[in-house]
Amino acid sequence: MPTGPVRAYWVGRWREGRTSAWGSRVRPAILLAVTLGAVAVASAGDDTTRTSSVFAPVSGPADAVYRVATLALAITGAIFVVVGGLLAYSVVRFRRRPDDDGTEPAQVYGSEQVELAWTVIPILVVIVLCLVTARTVYDVQGAQKPAGAIDVTIVGHQWWWEVRYPALGIVTANELHVPVSDSADPTPTFMALESADVVHSFWVPRLAGKTDLIPNRTNHMWIEPRETGLFLGQCAEYCGTQHAHMLLRVYVQPRAEFDRWVAAQRRPAAADPAAADGRRVFETTACVNCHTVRGTVATGRFGPDLTHLMSRATLVAGAAPMTRASLHAWIDDPDRVKPGALMPAMKLDAPALDQLVGYLATLE
Amino acid sequence: MTTATGAIGAVVPASPRPDRGQVGILGLILAESAVFSIFIAAYVYYVGKSLTGPTPGQVLDLPIIISVLLWSSSVTIHLAVRALRAGLVSAFTLWWFLTILLGTLFLIGTGAEWYRLIYHDRLTIRTNLFGTTFYSLVGLHASHVIVGLVLMTVGLVLALEGHVRAAHARRAEVLSLYWHFVDAVWVVVFLVVYVVGR
Amino acid sequence: MAVLDPTLAAIRPAERTSALATLHEWVVTVDHKRLGLMYIASGLTFFLVAGIEATIMRIQLVVPENHFVSPQVFNRMMTMHGTTMVFFVGMPILLGFANYLVPLMIGARDMAFPRLNAFSFWMSLFGSLLLYFSFLGAEGLYGGGNAPDVGWFAYAPLTARVFSRGNSTDYWTLSLLVSGIGSIGTAVNLIATILCLRCEGMTLGKMPLLVWLNFVVACMILVAISPLTAAQIMLLLDRFLGAHFFDTQAGGSAVLWQHFFWIFGHPEVYVLMLPGFAFASEIIPVFSRKVIFGYPFMVAATVAIAFIGLGVWAHHMFTVGMAPAGNAFFAVSTMLVAVPTGIKIFNWLATLWGGKIRFATPMLFCLGFLFQFLCAGLTGVMLAVAPFDWQLSDSYFVVAHFHYVLIGGLLFTIFAAIYYWFPKATGRLLDETLGRWHFWLFVIGFNLTFAPQHFAGLIGMPRRIYTYQAGRGFEVWNQLSSAGVVFQLAAILVFLWNLGRSLVRGEPAGDDPWDAWTLEWTTTSPPPAYNFETPPVVRSRRPLWDVKHPEDPDWRYE
Repeated sequence: MPTGPVRAYWVGRWREGRTSAWGSRVRPAILLAVTLGAVAVASAGDDTTRTSSVFAPVSGPADAVYRVATLALAITGAIFVVVGGLLAYSVVRFRRRPDDDGTEPAQVYGSEQVELAWTVIPILVVIVLCLVTARTVYDVQGAQKPAGAIDVTIVGHQWWWEVRYPALGIVTANELHVPVSDSADPTPTFMALESADVVHSFWVPRLAGKTDLIPNRTNHMWIEPRETGLFLGQCAEYCGTQHAHMLLRVYVQPRAEFDRWVAAQRRPAAADPAAADGRRVFETTACVNCHTVRGTVATGRFGPDLTHLMSRATLVAGAAPMTRASLHAWIDDPDRVKPGALMPAMKLDAPALDQLVGYLATLE
Repeated sequence: MTTATGAIGAVVPASPRPDRGQVGILGLILAESAVFSIFIAAYVYYVGKSLTGPTPGQVLDLPIIISVLLWSSSVTIHLAVRALRAGLVSAFTLWWFLTILLGTLFLIGTGAEWYRLIYHDRLTIRTNLFGTTFYSLVGLHASHVIVGLVLMTVGLVLALEGHVRAAHARRAEVLSLYWHFVDAVWVVVFLVVYVVGR
Repeated sequence: MAVLDPTLAAIRPAERTSALATLHEWVVTVDHKRLGLMYIASGLTFFLVAGIEATIMRIQLVVPENHFVSPQVFNRMMTMHGTTMVFFVGMPILLGFANYLVPLMIGARDMAFPRLNAFSFWMSLFGSLLLYFSFLGAEGLYGGGNAPDVGWFAYAPLTARVFSRGNSTDYWTLSLLVSGIGSIGTAVNLIATILCLRCEGMTLGKMPLLVWLNFVVACMILVAISPLTAAQIMLLLDRFLGAHFFDTQAGGSAVLWQHFFWIFGHPEVYVLMLPGFAFASEIIPVFSRKVIFGYPFMVAATVAIAFIGLGVWAHHMFTVGMAPAGNAFFAVSTMLVAVPTGIKIFNWLATLWGGKIRFATPMLFCLGFLFQFLCAGLTGVMLAVAPFDWQLSDSYFVVAHFHYVLIGGLLFTIFAAIYYWFPKATGRLLDETLGRWHFWLFVIGFNLTFAPQHFAGLIGMPRRIYTYQAGRGFEVWNQLSSAGVVFQLAAILVFLWNLGRSLVRGEPAGDDPWDAWTLEWTTTSPPPAYNFETPPVVRSRRPLWDVKHPEDPDWRYE
């Protein structure tokens, strides 16, 4: 037993009622609940919050995940309420009272029946969750590709996305355009995922779960969006310095608009005679080693295809808007726009740079 | 204050506790087994996946002789420990020396094989996946043989200087357990690399 | 000095020990208690360092497109924070406690291999210093080095020579290789100690739960750290000898690194968490005034966690494109491991039930642990549902989950253990009022930082990004998260003040300030170098209970 002054210290503290269960358990639980509630309310209908929310699915795989996620949340939520409730209750009900007589409570060593119960019940819960999980896994991964599907190959680079439509003869970067899919005549998009360097991950939450892009390996995923619109995502596997600026834009378009976009992308590059000076700068500097402009001598594959550069909404995988000013800044000093980017500073003098930007601005 | 812990409650008869040296070396063997398992997993995973270069079937011969030498050294070390337990120090020294000799011959044989592979067959660790996994696995095993030989040589020197007695049999046994482990790993490597993997 | 070793002072009262002599004693010691304290001290030091790294990250992330630090610096902070916390805070503190407590709790005089013990500690410390030397020394020939920036799990091929120039990755690899040797040494030592040095009467079924859990942890370390050692040797061979283990250009596999790493990495998180469970299993009974409920089932659940935990690793790889059968298998095994973990929570609850709960600081931290670990376990179940993980993996939801496990769970039990055993190690109590301030500030700060991160993940914020764009909805969660850091910093300052003040002016504790029941409370505070005057003989799991309640001893009911 604690002796002398130490014992008196403890007994004194209890007698003064300096400790309370109200303080130690109930108050923080309420605090947390209020915070979470406020936060949940704040997040409910906000447009910006929904741009890439897991809980706003618009496509087959994301729908499947949403269903199983809701079940998982319901089950874990129920467990939280029950177990958390028991914890809160015990802490309040079995706290040592100020008028305690100092005897020890009944020592309960265990109970085989109770142990059995709280082993069997969780196993049953696990079985239910496992069955639903396995079914969803097989449904999503085993989906058959219908005849009307669009084929896209996505190649991950540090730190941009190469997007190729092999059957349609189109190459672009950082933006994926797909037709909206109608359940009567489905036109999902099936993607082959590859990587040119390190591991990346394709994640557009409203359309599907993420799948990794791994060098020397081809992964597959599919999306079947049922609403038009712009859906945002980004790389979700740390891939180096600018992992944070490897953004994705997926445009889901009505069929007619998608066909128009395809036709425009298939045209060779614009050859505006007014930009001939700039084109010469482009073709005689090292640009052609890394970039492709279809219809010119530029056939490089290390950097994005620039044939229809200006048709894209952002520059440098979302790190800058698509404007002449940001194009100018980027070519002048890439490291200032996207520190660590692999494009070297071309060290062009001001007139040459202006001409070059003028040429690139014609590549609609 | 310490309680007078002559007995808290009634006295219970002491149950025998294992020898800490044996427990220690078995723990180390468990950890090393895990390390080797990963290298073997990598070897098996990459069988047939080399893009270029010599294949196992083209350049590997069954190393029967050196394997028999190595496995025999397990017998000799066992005899050495038995001799020491019986107090026969000279017999122990002889068998211990033979173990070291057999282990050294194994290493020389491995070195000869590597010489041939590198200079004649042009297989190095950077040639292809087979080279990578072969040299790392066999090399890891060889490094464990070297460590064992070094430790055993220390024991041999102590024995020759007359410092080893029957009371040290337990320690010799601990080292022999390590050596048996090294030999057992060679069984697996032999089967995976030279039998199945070819 | 006098506080920590009264017996020495008693023997040589006239001698004044110089600072140098004291330092020498500590450097050459093989005493498990001193090594344990040194482990804990080094762990706490690196805890502060890694906390600063986290603070830098949270400041950078408080607003979108912030420029507080460059992406290169942020990525180094991210890598060093994770690596330091797992290997140089968690492992040392927990192995330090094991070192200190296990021999005392089994009635032994020291560990089975005292010199191996010292060797393991110095290897561990050297590893940590080697990692931090990278800030200075990693420039190498390419001028491209500095601290490692490849993330704490260093996925291939990002770690290949071509993508990680300079020597920063090599410092990561070598420092962990070195400290891994130390961990394996301590694990071997713990197993040998527990199997061979138990006092008379202490069968395996009469060991305190802390000893059982550390035994299982030691076995796991042997089996789990080794795969990391192997993978790191392979990485070094790739980087220095041109091998192709993870070289995708030569047909190698990036996924192979992930398999090897997570075969280590998942059991590692149990290696970290089980000692936390051990602390809770000792502290909760004492402050509920009841024996632990279901001792045999607690042991069985621990062993089950260890075994099942060896078979769940690919739940970190649900997104790499495994076949449906693989994804389904690992989802099932991961959900299964939740069952024994839940059993433990229920047993702790049953221990509280019907007790007379005293809200001393160690108990406050254990109650916080119970609530927060419940949250962590449930988000873990959500992540085990593989399709849900396809959305949540590599997002801030996972970051929130594992911080709830490691801070809300592990760190809270570590704080509980410090408040509980500090009196035994030093002979002085920590201040209760300051302890309360520490607890409350930390509970608020921790939850404020990490609860919002669940939501950030659910609306699409990936992890390991040095900044994010406005208009995605991430701002409010990041602001809340960064605000919590202030409370956590305040809590740690209070804690440090408490430690320092109590070392010098704390109230004397006596042998048994908490009215507890295991063997360490039968000897002086601090214990003498030889631990016990005479080796104890025990007859039950709670020897001191039997002494204090001779009319109602445990051994009649066990």
